[in-house]
Amino acid sequence: MNDSQKEPASKFQLRNVKAWYGDNEVLHGVDADIPEHSVTAIIGPSGCGKSTLLRSLNRMHELVDGARVDGQVSMDGVDIYGPKVDPVLLRRQVGMVFQKPNPFPSMSVRENVLAGARLTGTYDPSRADAIVQRALTQAALWDEVKDRLEAPGVSLSGGQQQRLCIARSLAVEPTVLLMDEPCSALDPIATTRVENLVHTLKQDYTIVIVTHNMQQAARVSDRTAFMLSGDLIEFSDTIQLFKSPSDPRTEDYITGKFG
Amino acid sequence: MGSPLSSSLQAAEELPVSARGRAPATGLQLEGRPLRAERLIEFGLFGCAFATVLTTVGIVATLAMEALGFLREVPLSALLLDTAWTPLFVEKHFGIWPLVAGTLLTSAIALGFAVPLGLLAAIYLAEFAHWRTRRILKPALEVLAGIPSIVFGYFALVVLTPLLQEVVPGLAGFNALSPGIVIGLMVIPMIASLSEDAIRAVPGGLREAAFGLGASKLATIFRIVLPSASGGIAASAILALSRAVGETMVVAIAAGQQARLTLDPRVPIETMTAYIVQISMGDTPTGTIEYRTIFVVGAALFLMTLMMNVISHRLTRKRGAA
Ligand SMILES: Nc1ncnc2c1ncn2[C@@H]1O[C@H](COP(=O)(O)OP(=O)(O)OP(=O)(O)O)[C@@H](O)[C@H]1O
Ligand SMILES: [Mg+2]
Repeated sequence: MNDSQKEPASKFQLRNVKAWYGDNEVLHGVDADIPEHSVTAIIGPSGCGKSTLLRSLNRMHELVDGARVDGQVSMDGVDIYGPKVDPVLLRRQVGMVFQKPNPFPSMSVRENVLAGARLTGTYDPSRADAIVQRALTQAALWDEVKDRLEAPGVSLSGGQQQRLCIARSLAVEPTVLLMDEPCSALDPIATTRVENLVHTLKQDYTIVIVTHNMQQAARVSDRTAFMLSGDLIEFSDTIQLFKSPSDPRTEDYITGKFG
Repeated sequence: MGSPLSSSLQAAEELPVSARGRAPATGLQLEGRPLRAERLIEFGLFGCAFATVLTTVGIVATLAMEALGFLREVPLSALLLDTAWTPLFVEKHFGIWPLVAGTLLTSAIALGFAVPLGLLAAIYLAEFAHWRTRRILKPALEVLAGIPSIVFGYFALVVLTPLLQEVVPGLAGFNALSPGIVIGLMVIPMIASLSEDAIRAVPGGLREAAFGLGASKLATIFRIVLPSASGGIAASAILALSRAVGETMVVAIAAGQQARLTLDPRVPIETMTAYIVQISMGDTPTGTIEYRTIFVVGAALFLMTLMMNVISHRLTRKRGAA
C-alpha cells in the first residue's frame, strides 16, 4: 500500500476485472487504479461496458439475474468481493446517481433526502433538518427548494430532480459517488449546474462519472478511461488523453472517426 | 452535442413533407375499397360486442324494474330502518341489514385471511422466487382458482367446520367463520396474481436507487416497492372483496340460512347471495311479495359489487397514469 508517496492514493484498485451477463462476457479483464479525491471519467461507444464497470465498483452489477464479476476490486485496500464483505454496507460508502433522475415518487423533497437514513435504519430525527440542509446545499439545490421541502420530489424539474438524487446520495455520507451519464436527460443549463457540482464535490469525494459527451469528460475530469468492447484501452490524465492519446483507437474515437 | 440533435430534428420534419410531395410523382395508387368480406367480419364482431352489452342492459333493467315494483309495496324506509329480515314468516319484516351484515362478515373474514397471505405470496413470487419455482407455483395458484365453488362449500362444511370446532368454543355447525376462511382461500390466487403484477410494474429504477443508498432487500421491498405498488394492491383487495361479496355456493352450504343481525362469526347467518338461492330454489310462488324480495336483494348486491369494481378500476388506472 505504501509503495509510492507522491502519487495520489488510489481509492479503487481493479485487477483483471471480468464481468458477465449470463454467458456473455462484457468486461475482458480490466486493470485500473482510480485515485482518491478526483474525478475519473469513463468514455467509450455505446455497449462497451462503461456502466458495467461502474456497477462493479458498488456491487450493483450482481443484482441483475445471472450477472457476475470475477477478478479483484479493492477499495481502500479491502477486496470488496471478499467473502466477509456485505454489499449492502459497501453501497452506503459508494453512492450512485443514475442516468434518469429517479426520486421516490411517494416522497417529498425532504423525505427523499432522508430516504437513505430511513432505509438503512439510521434515521435520527434530531439530526434530520441538518442533514437535509447540508445535503441539499452540497447538491447546489438548497436555495431553489428550501421553501418547498414538503412538495413531492417528482414535482421538481428534471435538472432539480437529478440534483435531488445527488443530495439523496450525499446524505448517507458516502466516500465515493458513481455517476452513470447523470446529465443525459438534462438540458444544457442543468448540465452545467451538475458539472459545476461535480467539480466542487471532488474535494470531499472520489467521483467516477460515465459520459457519452467528450467535452463533458474534458471539462469535469482529472483522469479519463477510454473503453472499447469490454476492454480498457487507455487510462491517463484527461488533458493528455485528449491532446495526445497514445493508442490509435483512442484517437479515432475522440476525433469522431467511429462511435 | 447540439448539432446531431438539431439535425435529427430537421430530418424528422422533412420526412412527411417529401413523402407527401413525392406520392403523386411516382403515381402511387392509394385509393381503394376495403374488401367486402372484411366489412362483414367487422359487422359480425360488432354484433357480438353489442349482444353482450344488450344482455347486461337487459339484466340490469329487469333487476331495477322488479326492485322498483317491490318498493311500491314495501317502502324504502321499511327496508332500511327495520333490523329484522323475516319475509317468509307470518309477521313479515323487510330490514335488509341482517343480510348485509352476514355478507360483510363472511367477506371481512375472507379478506382478513386472504389479503396478508395473498400479498406475501405476491412478494415472494415477484421478488424472491427463482423463475423456475415461479413457473411451477403460478399455474398451481391458478388451479386453486379453478376449483368449483361447490367443492369449496363442502370442504367448509364437512372438513373445516369440524376442525375449527376443536379450537373455537361455541362454534355452531353452520357459521360465518368457516365459509369466510374458505372464501379467503378462493380469492388468494386473485390477490396474489394481481398484486404480483402491481409489484412487478414498479419501475426498476426505484429499486436500484434504494439499493444504491445501501438499503437491504427487505427495506427496499417494504419501504419503496410496496408503497409504490399500493394502488394496485388495494385494487386487487377490493376486487377480491367484490368477489367475496358475490360468492354464493360456499355460504349457501356452510353458513346456515338464518338472517341475523350479528357480528359473531360462530353462529349461523345468511348472506344476500345465500338468501337469493334459498328463495329461488325453494317453493316460494313467483309473483308474490316474498318472491320479489330476491330482486331487491339482488339489486343491492349489484350496487355493492359495482361500486367496488369501479373503485378498483379507478385505483389501477391512477397507477397506470402515474
Ligand atoms: N441487463 C443486461 N442483460 C444482458 N446484457 C446486458 C445487460 N446490460 C448490458 N448488457 C450488455 O453488456 C454490454 C455492456 O453494457 P453496458 O451497459 O455496460 O454498456 P455501456 O457502455 O454502459 O453502454 P451505454 O453507453 O449504451 O450505456 C453490452 O453489450 C450490453 O448489451
Ligand atoms: Mg451505460
